[in-house]
Amino acid sequence: MSRDKSGPDKAGAKAPLIAAMVGQLTIHLSRGLLAKLGGMTLMLGGTVNIILKGFVTPTARLKSEALIFQMVRLGVKAIPIVILIQLAIGMILPLQMFNKLDEFGQADQIATINAIAAFRELGPLMTAVIISGFAGASIAAELGTMVTAEEIEALESLALKPIRFLVVPRLLATTIMMVMLSVIADVVMIFGGWLTALKLGLDSDVYYQTTKQAVNITGFVSGLVKAGVYGLLIGLIACYLGLSVKPWEGSDGVGRATTNSVVYSIVAIIISAAVFTIIFYSYGIFK
Amino acid sequence: METIDNTKPVVSVRELTKSFGEQKVLEGINLDVYRGEIMVIMGGSGCGKSTLLRMLTGLIQPDAGSIKLFGQELTTMSEEQLKQARLRFGILFQSGALFNSLTVGENVALPLREHTNLDETTIEIMVKIKLELVGLREHADKMPAQLSGGMKKRAGLARAIALDPQILFYDEPSAGLDPVTSAQIDKLIADLTKKLHVTSIVVTHEMDSAFSIADRMCMLDKGVMLAVDTRAKFETLRDSREEDLGSETERLIRQFLRGDADGPITRRKENSDYEEDLLMMEIKKSGK
Repeated sequence: MSRDKSGPDKAGAKAPLIAAMVGQLTIHLSRGLLAKLGGMTLMLGGTVNIILKGFVTPTARLKSEALIFQMVRLGVKAIPIVILIQLAIGMILPLQMFNKLDEFGQADQIATINAIAAFRELGPLMTAVIISGFAGASIAAELGTMVTAEEIEALESLALKPIRFLVVPRLLATTIMMVMLSVIADVVMIFGGWLTALKLGLDSDVYYQTTKQAVNITGFVSGLVKAGVYGLLIGLIACYLGLSVKPWEGSDGVGRATTNSVVYSIVAIIISAAVFTIIFYSYGIFK
Repeated sequence: METIDNTKPVVSVRELTKSFGEQKVLEGINLDVYRGEIMVIMGGSGCGKSTLLRMLTGLIQPDAGSIKLFGQELTTMSEEQLKQARLRFGILFQSGALFNSLTVGENVALPLREHTNLDETTIEIMVKIKLELVGLREHADKMPAQLSGGMKKRAGLARAIALDPQILFYDEPSAGLDPVTSAQIDKLIADLTKKLHVTSIVVTHEMDSAFSIADRMCMLDKGVMLAVDTRAKFETLRDSREEDLGSETERLIRQFLRGDADGPITRRKENSDYEEDLLMMEIKKSGK
């Protein structure tokens, strides 16, 4: 007797129901998350392909003005808010740590904490969270709206590929700008820590020396690599979700794409932060 | 009319079928469009005409059937072949679909910049020519947001003809326009067809426009092609009395052509279990 796995068995046996649930879950996942992961991988591959072609064939070269425009829009304009938030964190973090450290007579180590936390983790991470809202949501909304306005179909009808015209400049922009903004974030956090140190009556010169000791090239570079990856994820997720809006979904679809872009970006960033930490520590890159 | 070549169709559709999930949108569509003519595709909302247009232009793939453009099978084309085919036709989308971040002139120049090796000066001249054809030459530096609905469509049309296509597709060109602007667009469609020797395929449900520009017309209803014929035949159908018509199909088409509120289309929509539905409500209420 064959078991019908498409629905609960009326004879009351539990096994088919579980099988049905597993089946449903697989379908749901494969249509949902796996489909998205696959689609994004294809998009990333297509982007890399186009960039590499641009180096080889002069006619396929991308226009730099589009890239610069996106970098300004998605990155340069975010500088004020990045400075604001990183300054706040840079000032608050040492303040919180001060009392405990002072008990052990290690008050000067707040500089170390800021240097390590900023350069390796908080600088890139906080900046990424900010940018997923500032740039990611913006890209998803913009591309989603273009879908509903038939602009994407218009591009295709003119034999122009949306991935080349729209995705590549935005993806490059988010990646490059995330690295640049992280550098700014690092510097601002150190500066914020310095302000707090002054307020707490610590020696300015000591702060500078302690910071110098704590910072190393490996930490700095790993932070930048992380930042680049976060930027890539933000741009990729935003472009994919924006372009996945269906024309009939209208403003509802655009709204959902925008929200999901931020949520998925943050989740992806956190996951990759964890992966990075595991990799770096298990390979002994950091003590 | 003299330039219509009846020997080989420019667009040829056979048994085209498409479903979106459970919903059957197009069923067994057959259509031929000949060089130099204006073919109007008519139908009510949801009849499948927009889907048909998107399939003719390769934006959507059919489930079954064949579409031939210039004698080449569209559904089995490679990417490069599709690209070459797309350079030979242009589409005017319902909203104009201008790229919002570019000026009118830049919109029209885009296909020229990307697909030709022409220098900037030549491109500028060509943009001026295209804009002059649609009557927008003075507005080349405006952004799409600054244009009225009619101007947006004209700009979209200028962009669609940038590469001198052989077929022009129009998706509801009169949508959202006042009668005068609509008539101007109709005139433009007819003028361009003659001047540029293109074949025009117009999807619309504005009967005034349809009858003023069409050489031949066809009617879609619920995904099925009801009739394909000359404009004169459709005019005769529209002007005949309902009683004189033999089939329900003819009466249905007639209602659509005349824009009558009553007829086979409306009778079809009537819900027969209205009274039962109400009675059920009554029973539920009294049951409480």
